[in-house]
This record gives sequence, structure tokens and C-alpha cells, in this order.
Amino acid sequence: MLETKGRPNRLGLWGWLGGGRWGMERYLYTLHRVTGLGLLAYFLLHIVVTSSRAFSQGAWEEAMARVSGEIFEVGEYLVFLAFAFHAVNGIRLLLIELGIGVGQPIEPVYPYRTSVDVQRPLAIGALAVAAVIAILGTLSMWGE
Amino acid sequence: MMKDVTYRIRLFDPNRDSEPHWEAFTIPYAPGMTVLDGLWKVKELHAPGLAWRSSCRMGVCGSCGMLINGKPGLACNTQISELHALTVAVAPLPNFDIIRDLVPDLAPMFGTHQALLPYVIREDVEERENPTAEFWQSAHELEQYLQFSYCIKCGCCMAACPTFATDALYSGPMPLAQAHRYNSDTRDGGFAVRKEVLAGNAGPWRCHYAGECSRVCPKGVDPAKAIQLMKRELVLDLLHLRKQGCPAPVAKKPTEIKRRDGVPDAPARTV
Repeated sequence: MLETKGRPNRLGLWGWLGGGRWGMERYLYTLHRVTGLGLLAYFLLHIVVTSSRAFSQGAWEEAMARVSGEIFEVGEYLVFLAFAFHAVNGIRLLLIELGIGVGQPIEPVYPYRTSVDVQRPLAIGALAVAAVIAILGTLSMWGE
Repeated sequence: MMKDVTYRIRLFDPNRDSEPHWEAFTIPYAPGMTVLDGLWKVKELHAPGLAWRSSCRMGVCGSCGMLINGKPGLACNTQISELHALTVAVAPLPNFDIIRDLVPDLAPMFGTHQALLPYVIREDVEERENPTAEFWQSAHELEQYLQFSYCIKCGCCMAACPTFATDALYSGPMPLAQAHRYNSDTRDGGFAVRKEVLAGNAGPWRCHYAGECSRVCPKGVDPAKAIQLMKRELVLDLLHLRKQGCPAPVAKKPTEIKRRDGVPDAPARTV
């Protein structure tokens, strides 16, 4: 992009956090990013905790003691939910990025039917699969 | 039926204001009034200094893109009645710098568009510059890019794109869709040149399919689809599976067609 001399008017984070009047895929886009950031945070914490074993047995046990408790248990559950959505939605995005499910170029006739409408069953299917995984995981973790 | 309509307009005069601010104006409503008609009325009755861009008034030129009740669109083909609101909030297209009031600076977008070489590239420059006949193309081949060629460069897709909102390096939906429009044109042989830009950080891999560009496009161009199809082409190219072929040849002149009797000659050329 070229430099301009006008007053900056870029939306910034509000551009993808502020859903407002947008469509379903916009929310999936935002959720995919938020869950991605959540998984990244978990991954970093996971590395910190497991790497403590390299120092000593005591350091490892101390680190494990710090990440036990109800808050971390709920946190792990949220990580699992994030994983369920992020993984399945990621597969949807992978298919779409290979041009699968978005349809072929067409003559645009009003009211326009876009590729977003064409791939909608794929999005709904991905949400359904993620929901099934989340329910099974929930029963496994909390069902006893 | 409503009698009056209130316009809330985001104003900014670089010579006077340090920040944009909202002002409200009430104007009489008439059936069939578009958002653009209302802006003219506001200018006539309340704010003679109000600035915006518009030209054709029929959704063809792409000048009057603005944020209308939180959604990018053309002021000239948005009816006030279809907004189902007594207040029309109008702001300049986001993600572009503001020159003044409702006038966004579209120059960076056109700069990116230009950088992606939006024209037919061929090795036979002489034929391109001084054509002897048409390049041969089937109806099916035409359909592969025709939808994307309807783009009027209004910038609504760029204003709606959440990735472009945070990432100034990203080329954005309009330039990328236009790059794909030429990449998928069988008369063009410029894929290898455009690929140098497209495979980098500014290219289509930044798109994560929020789909907003396609949803707001006033011409049904569907930039999101173009970008995904472009990604497929890049993957196929990486795997050496992309169809390589010479750009469409010059169409041969028909040799076995005879002129029907009684058909008058074309008039002499005047220019």
C-alpha cells in the first residue's frame, strides 16, 4: 500500500472483533482467530510446564502443582472446546482455500448468490461436527 | 410513511478539525429517495460545505462507496426505505484514510491494483499493440473470469475486510480479485509475473474467508471466490499441476464463409 496524507481511518482490531451486522462466516472468522490465540497461549504454557522437568524432579512437581486445581481444569476444558472448533473449522478453511465448495464463476444476477452462500452447508456441517466432538469430550471429562 | 429522515454524518475537515465528529441533519423524505439523493438534500438545506464523491448515480462508476448504517455500500443504489430506519448514519469507507468528510483516499488501493499488473500480458507485444485480429477464446473460457471483470473499484470490499482492517500489508480483496481475473483469462500469459507478488506476504494467503467482501459487493463480483480460486491455482502451480499453455492464439479469419446476397456494405469509416 502507498503512503497517504489523509487522516488514518483503519478499523484495527475492531475490524474483526466488532461483528455487528455481519454474516455467519464473519463470526466463524473471529472465533477461529480467538480460539487460535487461546490454543497458542495453552501451547506456550504447556512448553513452560513440561520443560521444568529438564531442571529437576522437584521443579517438575512444583510446576505441576501450580497448574492443578479447578481453574486450570476449567481452562483445559476451554482449550478442548477451542481445539474442537479450531480443528474442524480449519479443515473447512483448507477445503475452501483449495477452491472446494465455493462454486465456479457465474454470471452475477441480482439478488447475487455469492460463494459464501454456496459454502454455507460446509460451514454448518463443520459446526455440527465440532459440536459432536465437544459434546463427546464434555461427557468424557465431566460426565462421571 | 415517514415524512422526514435524519442523516447522521461523520464530518472531518483537515483544515479545521483534529478529529472526525458526527453531526445530525433532518431533511424531508420522498419515496424512492436514495442515500445519495439525501446527501444532496443535506448539502442544499444544511451543509453546503459537505464533501463526497459521486458521479453516475446508477451504480456503475463506483465513486460513492461509503459506510451506510454500518455497512459499506454505494450511496446511489441504496434506497433509504430499504434501511428500515428513521436515521441514516453515513461515514467514509473505513480502512482508507479520510481526505475530507465522506471522501476516502483510494489512491493506495489503486497503487496495489496497479502493482498486480491488471492487464493482459503476452510475449507477442506487436500483436497486442497493433492487433490484426481477435484472440481466440471460447464461451466457457470467458465464463472463468467474466464475473470478476464486473468490478467497479468502489472499495466497499476493502472497507468490509476484517483482515485488511488490521493488516496494511495485505493487498485486499479488490486488487487480488482483479489479479485472478487476468490470471484466469486464457488470452493472458502473466501468471508467472504476478505470482512473484501473490505468493508473498501481501498475497491471497492472508485471506481467511470472512466472506464480507462478497457480501457487500454491489456488483456481485464475489472477490472471496476469486481469492480462493487463486489460492488453488497457486497450490497447483507449486505442485507443477497447473495447466501450462501458450496464451490464446490469434483467431484465424474465416475462409469458408460467403457473404449473403443483398447484405449492404458497412458505411465508410468516419474516424
